[in-house]
Amino acid sequence: MDESLEQAVSEICDQYNNDPTRLVDVARAVQARLGHVGNAAMDAIAGNLGIHRVEVESCVSFYSFLSTEPKGEVVIRLCDDIIDEMKGSSRVARAFRKELGIDFGETTPDGRISLEWTPCIGMCDQAPAALVNDVVLTWLSSDAARRIVRELREHMDPQKLVHSFGDGNNAHELVRAMVDNNIRKAGPVVLAPVTQGDALHKALSMSPAEVIREVKTARLRGRGGAGFPTGMKWDFTRGSDGDRKYVVCNADEGEPGTFKDRVILTERAELLFEGMVIAGYAVGAETGILYLRGEYAYLRAYLEHVLDDMREKGLLGKGICGRQPFDFDIRIQMGAGSYVCGEETALLSSCEGKRGDPKTRPPFPAQKGYLAQPTVVNNVETLCCAARIFEKGSGWFAEIGPHGSPGTKLLSISGDCSKPGVYELPMGVSLADVLDLCGARDPKAVQIGGASGRMVGEDDFERSVSYDDLATGGALMVFSHKRDILKPVRKFMEFFVEESCGYCTPCRVGNKLLLQCLERIMAGKGVPEDIEYLERLSENIVTASRCGLGQTSPNPIRTSLKSFRVAYEDMVQEPEGALRPSFDLGAALAEAEKIAGRGSTILNE
Amino acid sequence: MSDTFTFTVDGVEVAAEPGQTILEAAQNAGIYIPRLCHRDGLEPAGACRVCTVMVDGRPQTACNFPASEGVVVDNETDQLLELRRDIIDMLFVEGNHWCMFCEKSGDCELQALAYRFGIAAPSFPFQFPADRQADLSHPDIWIDRDRCILCGRCVRASRDLDGKHVFDFVDRGPAKRIAVNAEARLRDTDADVTDEALEVCPVGALMKKGTGFDVPVGRRTYDWEPIGSEIEKRQTQE
Ligand SMILES: Cc1cc2nc3c(=O)[nH]c(=O)nc-3n(C[C@H](O)[C@H](O)[C@H](O)COP(=O)(O)O)c2cc1C
Ligand code: SF4
Ligand code: SF4
Ligand code: FES
Ligand code: FES
Repeated sequence: MDESLEQAVSEICDQYNNDPTRLVDVARAVQARLGHVGNAAMDAIAGNLGIHRVEVESCVSFYSFLSTEPKGEVVIRLCDDIIDEMKGSSRVARAFRKELGIDFGETTPDGRISLEWTPCIGMCDQAPAALVNDVVLTWLSSDAARRIVRELREHMDPQKLVHSFGDGNNAHELVRAMVDNNIRKAGPVVLAPVTQGDALHKALSMSPAEVIREVKTARLRGRGGAGFPTGMKWDFTRGSDGDRKYVVCNADEGEPGTFKDRVILTERAELLFEGMVIAGYAVGAETGILYLRGEYAYLRAYLEHVLDDMREKGLLGKGICGRQPFDFDIRIQMGAGSYVCGEETALLSSCEGKRGDPKTRPPFPAQKGYLAQPTVVNNVETLCCAARIFEKGSGWFAEIGPHGSPGTKLLSISGDCSKPGVYELPMGVSLADVLDLCGARDPKAVQIGGASGRMVGEDDFERSVSYDDLATGGALMVFSHKRDILKPVRKFMEFFVEESCGYCTPCRVGNKLLLQCLERIMAGKGVPEDIEYLERLSENIVTASRCGLGQTSPNPIRTSLKSFRVAYEDMVQEPEGALRPSFDLGAALAEAEKIAGRGSTILNE
Repeated sequence: MSDTFTFTVDGVEVAAEPGQTILEAAQNAGIYIPRLCHRDGLEPAGACRVCTVMVDGRPQTACNFPASEGVVVDNETDQLLELRRDIIDMLFVEGNHWCMFCEKSGDCELQALAYRFGIAAPSFPFQFPADRQADLSHPDIWIDRDRCILCGRCVRASRDLDGKHVFDFVDRGPAKRIAVNAEARLRDTDADVTDEALEVCPVGALMKKGTGFDVPVGRRTYDWEPIGSEIEKRQTQE
């Protein structure tokens, strides 16, 4: 075996104490060092970590940023989601193809550059966007694509492709990104200025039970989509038996159309980490994990720096000042390209160094989470709200927004509007007001809550953004009247097919069947029964799927069928003859004709 | 036992002990809840979703959902029968199941379930997977991935019963497939024909060589009675 490979793998495994629960980190590091995690590397990893080779392959083959096949030194990943498509990604794609002389999924013959598609990278307000290794490039055009390739060929250094920096901390020396925050409206809770340590000191002057009571009094609910009461989650975790407890912050932000957590991580990391420490104090945890999606790797060095700074100031680490000194530290776990890893139990699998399969529930994470210990999983924004509640008081927080949905909500707005970006608005704001604020152009439909959310039409524009009405993790994509409503629906279904973990039948097979039927309809080959077929299949997938991915993946179809049924009805037609329009008689007979060496008589009738 | 409790399945009262799943408790009472990825003696996985029941109106998989006092379980409703039929159908079209040429025919749980549910032909379009490689490398064992329904029984049996880890899943979504603990070939693993893992495959995907027709067609497990009858008979015996 290749000695230098063995040596490299062994060094990397040593860095992670040969701990098999750090397999995702190990594989990421091997990929970064060797360009891919091939057969020999998988054998070597298995040997070092003391696990089976097939376990390594099971994990590595799961994540789209890890590869068992050789890849270029530099990988260009162009976002192929709907917003980018609307903003001209196909022209960018053409330019990349032409300039590189390869297609998507290929590597240049000299082995230097690979070209790939990737789903939403959280840059929808500055689309088209791409990742070049860890470097984010935004506002792409075909000219930019050509320039990128030429420059890369000269220096092969993605960072050198960034010629100007975005606003705020995007220009920080540890970030140096061309990403823009596009904060259009800062609200009082999350995006207001922070006095570091304020929230933490106030919280730590209370007892853990009082801390939980305060969060309950504020009636804070999870901002990640499901809206579970945060105080209750902390209380369950505190009450569960375990040797150790953990606080995990979900910064996977994989829902297409969502990018508000990226802005929080860039501008309010201190507040977020204080929220994690407070959660740790409340539940009795000593360790926190920030699960950062692979797409946001460019923020990692900066976030590590913020953590170091907090350690120096005594806000993190051993003996954090408070009524009783307490220990709590945070590590960053990188993701590796997988949407389902945002699902809290899949996220825990991933943190444990496994493929991102969701776990069986019960037990819930609050009972048995990370490494089978009681674990709190909270969204980035939730933890920021929690911290602010201690700074400003639960009463202050509870008074913002309607009773059932107190506080503000960060919205990530993109699509057909003149002011895409992040808006922090009081909960309960009407969709119409939001559309006004963002300068929506002739809106016909709004996709609220990302791909797994719902598509609403004008009839619903008077409804409000809140847990009791249009609940959302915060993504809002605007589609104007000139858009074909079925195109985003198809895009979202393609996304779910690609991102299903494949564990359970309805999601793994059913979503593909839904997509195929939708494609049939869009190709003008659908029949009226196809609409019922979509409805029935959707319902069964929602009912029978194992996790939230499959339980919501038919939503684009279901909700667009509700709001825009005509779009489907216009596309289907009663078959004229005895055959379904989707049945291609010529193709079905082609092989037989070839064997028989003559044309079919049926076809020529 | 003192802490025994009861709940109902389709209105029938069923006794259970703490720690039992709904499927186990129902089965002990002679009620068959269809299942595919689950097999007695293996840790449940909740993968196929065929055992989906309604527990107090919410869908749950009976094979891994704990029974609890007083819950109301629906098993044979029209909705659930349709749902299960769809799932079985999905598994059929996902692979390439030519039952009439399959050595497992008559002993196959997928085929038997299809018969029990009255599925004569799939209602979904065939997917005919393109790149599912068969593995004939091992002298005594072969894998036909076209027939694999990704139930994971072999994965769990090899890991938990044989103390090995011959099998696991690779890739994800529709591309997910069963792999072996070697670069490519089963013969390069420590798989052995006496492994428990070889006894658990519900379909004709993981088979012993040269034994396929030891039991003639006509005398196979499901040739005369539908799958599940062995459990339903317990009720009549009591
Ligand atoms: C497929 C899927 C993807 C998800 N992705 C995310 C995500 O990227 N970020 C997030 O905070 N929650 C995500 N969630 C929700 C989490 O499972 C979980 O509910 C949330 O992190 C809990 O935090 P909260 O209570 O603070 O909202 C996802 C759920 C599903 C089913
Ligand atoms: S619904 Fe099933 S297949 Fe889909 S992601 Fe969840 S567990 Fe995986
Ligand atoms: S080979 Fe058989 S036992 Fe193994 S996952 Fe496939 S169907 Fe299940
Ligand atoms: S970055 Fe492309 S859709 Fe979000
Ligand atoms: S038998 Fe319960 S999910 Fe397969």
